[in-house]
Amino acid sequence: MDNLLSFVTFIPLLAAGILALFLRGDDAAAQRNAKWLALAATSATFLISLFLLAEFDPGNTKFQFVEEGEWLGGLKYKMGVDGISILFVMLTTFLMPLVIASCWNVTYRVKDYMVALLVLETLMIGVFCALDLILFYLFFEAGLIPMFLIIGIWGGANRIYASFKFFLYTLLGSVLMLVAMVMMYVDAGTTDIPTLLNHQFDSQALNILGIHVVGGLQTMMWLAFFASFAVKMPMWPVHTWLPDAHVQAPTAGSVVLAAILLKMGGYGFLRFSLPMFPAGSEVMAPMVLWLSVIAIIYTSLVALAQHDMKKLIAYSSVAHMGYVTMGIFTANQQGIDGAIFQMLSHGFISGALFLCVGVIYDRMHTREIDAYGGLVNRMPAYALIFLLFTMANVGLPGTSGFVGEFLTLMGVFQVNTWVAVLATTGVILSAAYALWLYRRVVLGDLIKESLRSITDMTGRERAIFAPLVVMTLLLGVYPALVTDIIGPSVEALVADYETALVAGSDTRLAQN
Amino acid sequence: MIQADLSIVLPEVVLAVYAMLALLVAVYTGKDRVAPLVLWVTAGVFALLAFWIGVGGGGSRQAFGGAFIDDGFARFAKVLILLSAAAILVMSQRMLERLEIMRFEYPLLLALSVVGMMMMVSAGDLMALYMGLELQSLALYVVASIHRDSTRSTEAGLKYFVLGALSSGLLLYGASLIYGFAGTTLFTGITAAVTGQLPLGLLFGLVFLSVGLAFKVSAAPFHMWTPDVYEGSPTPVTAFFATAPKVAAMALFARVAHDAFGGAVGDWTQIVAFLSVLSMVIGAVAAIGQRNIKRLMAYSSISHMGFALMGLAAGTVAGVQAMLIYMVIYVTMNIGTFAFIMSMERDGEPVTDIRALNQYSKQEPLRALALLVLMFSLAGIPPLVGFFAKFYVLTAAVDADLTWLAVAGALASVVAAFYYLRIVFYMYFGEEGEALDRSMTPVNWLALMASAAFMVLGVVNLFGIDGMAAMAAEALVGR
Repeated sequence: MDNLLSFVTFIPLLAAGILALFLRGDDAAAQRNAKWLALAATSATFLISLFLLAEFDPGNTKFQFVEEGEWLGGLKYKMGVDGISILFVMLTTFLMPLVIASCWNVTYRVKDYMVALLVLETLMIGVFCALDLILFYLFFEAGLIPMFLIIGIWGGANRIYASFKFFLYTLLGSVLMLVAMVMMYVDAGTTDIPTLLNHQFDSQALNILGIHVVGGLQTMMWLAFFASFAVKMPMWPVHTWLPDAHVQAPTAGSVVLAAILLKMGGYGFLRFSLPMFPAGSEVMAPMVLWLSVIAIIYTSLVALAQHDMKKLIAYSSVAHMGYVTMGIFTANQQGIDGAIFQMLSHGFISGALFLCVGVIYDRMHTREIDAYGGLVNRMPAYALIFLLFTMANVGLPGTSGFVGEFLTLMGVFQVNTWVAVLATTGVILSAAYALWLYRRVVLGDLIKESLRSITDMTGRERAIFAPLVVMTLLLGVYPALVTDIIGPSVEALVADYETALVAGSDTRLAQN
Repeated sequence: MIQADLSIVLPEVVLAVYAMLALLVAVYTGKDRVAPLVLWVTAGVFALLAFWIGVGGGGSRQAFGGAFIDDGFARFAKVLILLSAAAILVMSQRMLERLEIMRFEYPLLLALSVVGMMMMVSAGDLMALYMGLELQSLALYVVASIHRDSTRSTEAGLKYFVLGALSSGLLLYGASLIYGFAGTTLFTGITAAVTGQLPLGLLFGLVFLSVGLAFKVSAAPFHMWTPDVYEGSPTPVTAFFATAPKVAAMALFARVAHDAFGGAVGDWTQIVAFLSVLSMVIGAVAAIGQRNIKRLMAYSSISHMGFALMGLAAGTVAGVQAMLIYMVIYVTMNIGTFAFIMSMERDGEPVTDIRALNQYSKQEPLRALALLVLMFSLAGIPPLVGFFAKFYVLTAAVDADLTWLAVAGALASVVAAFYYLRIVFYMYFGEEGEALDRSMTPVNWLALMASAAFMVLGVVNLFGIDGMAAMAAEALVGR
């Protein structure tokens, strides 16, 4: 099949269209139909995407499954995946059926909810597959619309504030990236990503408003992209939208946000910032490393002080994303391997943690940590699963969380020892907040009257967690599953980056 | 000679003759009783003329010694003006009847103003320019106050007239300066006079002319009349103000800038860039506090004109192309939005407060969805077509080394996104309140849905507009 990638991308959209246009009514039967159709569509997408994985050749560092078609003006409809992006596509298609299954108890505007989630899936897959700058931007930015609605319509009490903050914050970052993309288009005459990866943007130092900018145009464009990806990631200090969005979003929204949407930032750094603006990256890398360390330590401390479970996990996400940005801008094999691994593993772990919160929120309708305690007495299965993911979040060896953190730390150690030392304290801090959360919620005696009748996980809930448990442990004991696929592409990325840096400094010398 | 000239201006002549004949016929037959018929016939005439001009011969022809130019650019603008005028006209029928201002003069005044607009976009001479502009404006002053029993409407008409007259005066002053220094009013003659350094007199003339035109496109800082006139005028009139006259004024601006001052691009791009950045920022910031949807749309149009001017500021073929694409998309979005606004009623009374939209998505899911699409499109969020409008102007601006303008526009669009989002917020997240009437005429429903569908489906190939706009821009700048 030549257009397998388009199939995978647009099946959810097709299902959303069918749901929106042909499903009438809002009674129980219609709601059930909507859920089943959404589940079927997302499952089908996952199954078809398995063909992608099966036929993917990891040894080939070029883009595969490439499709190309004419679009507007000089733009193209071009899709393709390489070792870096394919696993993000898989992550998305893998998680979406679980997300749909997790909102089986929703009764408010079910059809619209399913449509929003399905549209969001198409846009998320599209982000990872797009090989045209503007096509990428289109998918990247369009995701804001369904997410805005998901938070705003199905969110918690303070959802309006959270949805506006989420939308405007991310939009502000992205429009600067759009201008930079337009500049790249004007400079290189194309929006084709594979071509742009080989394009040398000018890195001659510039004077802008009296400020001497090392790396010149490249640094400026790097900063514009950084504005978008750092907000998306999110990096300290532009992370403040995330806790609000997470706390107010419904469970499915939180899962999608933490597990997939945040990864777009990291993917963007790997796809654009590092390979396209090597000189800019080199100039700014120390700043990113230090911002990452601050994120890791600061947000871990903030997480310790939270009363709201979702907020705590949201801050822990920011801390874990700190390892990702740190790994990426070490620009060496271990660092980047680790960053990608960390993103994938965080996708499973944070997704599962938000689902864990969702399980008890569905029963008690509160996320306050103080409202719980001693759940192990009534919910042994839940206690076990929560424990597993808590440990994975801490980065216990044997779980996927360990591999990513270890690789990034190893990568950064080669670049900057101080950053590595400080970042390692984050591992201890994460153990502190995660275990403390677990102790307060699950362990101890069951003294709260309201919890006496709480029930353990249902079969549906166990079925949702099973694949996540398998993936977390599998990647923990056999990380080569991932590194074999991403390895060659990352190697090529690092090699190109270093060649480009050398070539860039040569041209600068020649020009002087 | 005169025959050849007349054959070139035939569409304008036909429309003018139609307007006067229809006026006579209606006066001597049923007067206001035939008004609905006159309205539909006028819309039909607009559509037919648009078709005629659209499929008519290509190339570039001049009439009356160069005072009237019929080229691809003019035809593109005319088709857009005629079609949008026709759409607004048929949409307004019910609202006019509700307000009891269904007069037979209304469609005919619009027809006369459309004649003026067609004249404007074809102007090849300062006199022709002024005649077209005044014909257009005078008809619109009357239309603004057509709701004679409403103080708001008469106030709007008066305000529009006083400020419009002021701007015409400025424009005329600029024109006379240009005439004095260039020795001719013909654009070709002015181009010949503009060589190298622009003489001071011509520069002053250019500035005054630009100020006059900025009034007409309602670009900041000459925008003060817009919110009041939009709010005061009956909604059908507001809808008309927001579409066709904007296209005509913008096209005229481009015509003067490129045809008459094509040799002084460096001089006028500064002025246009200044107008552009100010309009984008003021349009975005000032709308934040608005609760009245008509005022909100007024500020929205100011900000959109800023973006369209960004294309013009580039001073290139790509810039004019981007501006034309922007205008087409802007007009389409406004037709859809005003089709909705005209149907906003509670107990038969028009409502303009956006808080009335509370939980509208529960009453009318499809209409709410269409309006949601339009709002995100107005905000310029991909994949909706409104994004491509912005993309084209940004590309043109960056290509012309106006990166600072592109950055300012991008930032302003984030601010503007806030108030579009707020309409979505009321429709989808708001508290349940008193509901709006559910009735909507089939015409308005169709206009709303078609406009929303255009915003979604246009992502495939923009319906070929970019190619047509490129040809039109080539016709204006490429010569």
